Formats: sequence, C-alpha cells, structure tokens
Amino acid sequence: MIRIGAFLVGLFFSGWLLISAAMGAFAFVTSPTAPTAEHEFHKTPKAVEYSFDGPAGKFDRAQLQRGLQIFREVCSACHSLKYVSFRDFKALGYNDGQVKTIAQTWPTETPSINPETGEAATRKPTPADKVPSPYPNEVAARAANNNALPPDLSLMAKARHGGPAYIYSLLTGYQAPPAELKEKFPASMPGKTTHYNPYFANLNLAMPAPLTTEGQVTYGEGAPKPTVDQMAKDVSAFLTWTAEPKLENRKRAGTAAVIFLLIFLGLCVGAYKNVWADKKAHA
Amino acid sequence: MSFPWANEYKPSNPLMRYLDEKLPLPRFVYNAVGAGYPVPRNLNYFWNFGVLAGVALMVQIVTGVVLAMHFAAESTVAFSSVEHIMRDVNAGWFLRYAHANGASMFFIVVYIHIFRGLFYGSYKPPREMVWHLGLVIFLLMMATAFMGYVLPWGQMSFWGAKVITGLFGAIPLVGEPIQTWLLGGFAPDNAALNRFFSLHFLLPFVILGVIILHVWALHIPGSSNPTGVEVKSEQDTVPFHPYYTAKDGVGVAAFFLLFALLVFFGPNFLGEPDNYIPANPLATPANIVPEWYFWPFYAILRAFTVDFLFIPAKLLGVLAMFAAILLLFFLPWLDTSAVRSGHYRPLFRKFFWFGLIPTIAILGYCGGSHATDGIVLVSQFAAAYYFAHFLIILPIISRVETTKPLPTSITEAVLGTAPGATLQPAE
Repeated sequence: MIRIGAFLVGLFFSGWLLISAAMGAFAFVTSPTAPTAEHEFHKTPKAVEYSFDGPAGKFDRAQLQRGLQIFREVCSACHSLKYVSFRDFKALGYNDGQVKTIAQTWPTETPSINPETGEAATRKPTPADKVPSPYPNEVAARAANNNALPPDLSLMAKARHGGPAYIYSLLTGYQAPPAELKEKFPASMPGKTTHYNPYFANLNLAMPAPLTTEGQVTYGEGAPKPTVDQMAKDVSAFLTWTAEPKLENRKRAGTAAVIFLLIFLGLCVGAYKNVWADKKAHA
Repeated sequence: MSFPWANEYKPSNPLMRYLDEKLPLPRFVYNAVGAGYPVPRNLNYFWNFGVLAGVALMVQIVTGVVLAMHFAAESTVAFSSVEHIMRDVNAGWFLRYAHANGASMFFIVVYIHIFRGLFYGSYKPPREMVWHLGLVIFLLMMATAFMGYVLPWGQMSFWGAKVITGLFGAIPLVGEPIQTWLLGGFAPDNAALNRFFSLHFLLPFVILGVIILHVWALHIPGSSNPTGVEVKSEQDTVPFHPYYTAKDGVGVAAFFLLFALLVFFGPNFLGEPDNYIPANPLATPANIVPEWYFWPFYAILRAFTVDFLFIPAKLLGVLAMFAAILLLFFLPWLDTSAVRSGHYRPLFRKFFWFGLIPTIAILGYCGGSHATDGIVLVSQFAAAYYFAHFLIILPIISRVETTKPLPTSITEAVLGTAPGATLQPAE
C-alpha cells in the first residue's frame, strides 16, 4: 500500500516537473527573455590588493588614518558612520589627546539637550560618542539629496559582494554611459539626478563621483600622492576597518587556535592508535 | 537492551558507590556512552558524525546562551544590538561568528550523518525508530536555524521570514490567516521577532530531549555497522569506551579544526552580505536566498512553475518541498531489500553515488543561484530525479537487485582471510 502510494506521488511530482520543464524550455525557445541592461553592462569589482588580505594580513595604520581623513573631509558630508565611536579611532594609532581633538573638531555636532531650557541642541562630540550623522533624520537626508538616502557606511565593506574591492571599484568606476547603452537600453540611461557607474547594481546611482581630482584631499608628509585611485584604496581600507574592527584580533586568535588544534589532533590520533593497538595486533 | 557480554558498572570509589545506590546516573552514562555499551568493532569514520552533531549542538547552546545576554529582541534595536556584540562585548565577535558558523557546522555534520544512514541502510529494521527520531531532530533543527537567522533583523532576515511564512500563505482558504497568526501581524515585525527569539531559545532544548530519545532507541538494537551484518558474538564488538571515545576524539579535533578555520579566517564566507543591511520592508533584495543548508529544498520549491488544474504552482512547490523531507519517513518501507549496507548492493550503490548525491549537489547549486530560466530548468530535472529516486527507483531496485554475498560475521569482515588485515573495513 505504502509503495503504491509512494509510486503515485513520485510519478505525479516527477512527471509534473518534467512537463513543467518541457513547457519552460518551449517558452524559452519560442519567446526568450530579453537580456537586461544590468546583465550586459554590470561589471564585477576590480581586483585590488590590501594589506589585510590573507590569513596573516594586518591593517596599514597610516592607510587607515588617510582613509579617516577622506571620510571626514569628503564622505561625512552626506554619509553617517553610526556604529563607530570616536574612542575606536585609537585602534588607528592615535593617542587619547588626538582622539579627543578629532572628536571636538568633527564637522558635525552630537545632538543633545540644552540643560537650561530642555530644548533640542547640539554639542561638540566627546571620544565616548558615536560619530554623529550629517543629517538629523532620514527625511532631512532625503530632502538634501534629491530624495535619495545616503546609506550608513559603517558596515558597507561587509554588506556588498566584493567588500572593499566593490567600494574601490565604485569610487573609481564613474564614466560616461557607453553609446551602446543608449542604443539598446535608452531606459537605463542616467537621469538628471543619477550617474552612470557599471559597478553599481542597477548601473545608475544618485551619488555623483565623490573623488574627482588628484589632491582633493591634502595628505600629510611621507604619504603617497593623493590620486583618485590612491584615495579610493585608502577610504575602502578604512571602511573595512569600520566594518570589521576586530579583524586583527580574529586572525591572531585564529592562528593560535589552529596551532593548538593541530597539536590536539596529533595527540588524539596518537591516543586512538594506542587504544586500538591490541585490536589491530589480533589481525 | 544491550548484549549479555556488556561490561557491568562496578564502582570502586566509595563516593561513586554511594551515588550509584541513591541515583544510578553514573551507571546510566556508563551503559550509554561508556565501557558498558558494546559497539561493532568495524565502524568507519562516518560513524563519528552522531557524536559530532551532539558536540555542535552543545557549541550552539553555550554560545547562544551568552549571546542572548547581550541581544535585544526588539525590531528597532535588534540590528544595532548585534553590532554592539560585534564591537563592544568582550570576545563578542568570536561568540557571534562561532554561533553563526556553528549552525553551518551543525548542518554539515548532520547531513553527512543522514547520508551515512542512507548509504548503509541505517533506517531499516530494527532501527526505524532511530531514523524517525533523527528526522524529527532534523525538522526541529531547520525550524531553529530559520528563526535564528531572522534575529539579527537584517535584510535577508526580514525577507527570509516573509518568504518562509508566506509558504503557509499558499494553503488554500486558511493560508493567509495562518500566516498572519504565525507572524503576529500582516508582515514580519516586532511581534514576529519576539516570538522567533523565544522559540529559537526553546527549540534547542527540545532537540536535546529528542536526541536523548534517539540515542535511547539506538541502544535497544545497538549500533549498526558498515557491513550491515548484525552482531553475533562478543568478538564482534568492542566497548564504546575507550575504543570509540578515542576514535571520536580524532573526529572532534578535526571538527574543531575546520570550525576554527571558518570562524577565524572566513567568518562571512557562508553568509549573505545583504544581512549586514538593516531590515527594510520597503526595499526587496535583488535575490532572496536562504542559508546554504536550505538551498536544495529552496530549489525544489522554485522548480514548480506551472499550475496543475486548480492547484497553483506555488502550492505545489510548497507541498513538494515538505514532501521532499517527509518522504524520508517512509524509507524503511520503500527500500525492502534485506541487505542493509550499500557495500553489498551494486545497483543501489550506483544510483546512490551517480544519481542521488549529484542531484542534491545540483539542487543545492540551483537553490543558491539567481533563478534564471536555465537554473529553473536544471532544478526541474534534478527535483524530478530526487522524487523518482526515493519513490520509484528505490522500491524497484530492492526488488530486482542481485546483492553480493554478505560476510558471515563482523569479525570475518574485519579480519578477512588474509593475515595482517587491518581493523578498518573495506573502503
């Protein structure tokens, strides 16, 4: 009874799947789905090398500091970094005093309450504060950006396929839309408030190219030349740190854990051979 | 239960003697996983995975309980409380990565455990109850993992919750009220997050209870073995401790090694980047995919594209997805071959390695990919084979197959006729 029932159920599911497949294949041949503009023009992130790649990779402190400078002078005009506190910047190689200065001279202030009147006010951030957002709320952010919402950048390096390479590619990928795009997909041409970038999922994004000219940010002495390429690399490295601040602890702990477990595995294999020795000797 | 030659618990320490008299818990452990449980002497490394699954559950419970101390199950702060764990809690990043990857490790181990059972016929009498309880554990695991994935309240959490509870919405007439009842609203929100957290905390302990039943049911006939031949004499067995505790030690060490590589060097390798974006009910991700361990079932769900008479394709997909798991409950009656082990079943073995395993791999690949026409087509063929394999091919094989001669005993299989043969069974 069970086998007859199973046979019928199996016949139904398998049969219907094969019929569906045949119908799908027929539809595909007779009226193939039109390729989309994204399918033809979207590019996967460029290959970039970072100091933190690989199992022993570490952050380059000087690069992270340059990245913070770019974030502060360029990105922070529109983007928030709300999961990062000023005190966290000590990990970039700053001392307590420098962190305090960074907090107090930050372009935006932290929301607070006027202690006299109880009215909404702002104050200079302290190292204990999170990095304040450039806009008081989402409505204000949208109002200032043609109704587009600049996303928080704290986790951006983990929230996109490709991570830092994606950020780097996006920042260096702005270009004039190819003529072919205009011919084949006029609807996918950038509008008045969008900009063509083949590394962006739907090819056009609201953010104009933020890094446009060499020397847009003035690096300190001994730093590499602030080309657009270099700045994109530095800020994407910085955003990797904001997304994964414990990366170095993780890899260091991992190395110790793997060495320990290899020794442990060796001991377990030894114990196993020892315990089974008499059973094997019988053979 | 157990064999007449099983070692008896004889505590020499007065404290243990006292304990044994008042509450024979040490005796219980001794008989369950100690020297008092005789086990076939020819088990290969595939028999490590039951213990490993238990280890994985323990890892999940320990890391999970600590994470719950820092997590806030409230839809406006859940996401940032996870970031708080990652940044400000001592070793919080380690706990969270261990818990997220621990779920993957748990599924890897359990899938190997299930395929071991499928190949060596562990579901056949007298062990049907062990198999059925195992499937109950598997279903509970899937529910627990799904609800756990919703908790960080990222984009994939939210849309995953919406899609999976939407499956119940496919049920005619009562579907939508059921979906609303499950979620506590018309879409996933705070009510859903809170109840998922509550259940996500509860279910692992339910799993623990069913595991006790699973092991209890196993101890009645005793463990199976790669030859599928029953234990006949004392010579065929060794005490679980120290022989299999030592062997399981090797498995546990290897398990933690792989686990450590994932947690420390590729913690997001198996994850979806979209879940680092806070949940947004107004923005649908381009490609909603579940975690990798659900991919084969997700592919079956999406493979149904055509309505059958008055049954909509979506409902068919939901029925097929559940059927894909539930049919495993009927295996003891579908596969009627008296020979258990795939070793001695040439035809079964071919269909297992060249049919079932590649099919599930293909379904997994399709389930994790963007559903293009080609992917859907491939998953339709693969899903058709999946159902045919268990419901049509397997019953036929067990009737027509000429099996190879079985060894007369486990000891013969181990020692063979050639002197100097090692303990390891063939293969």
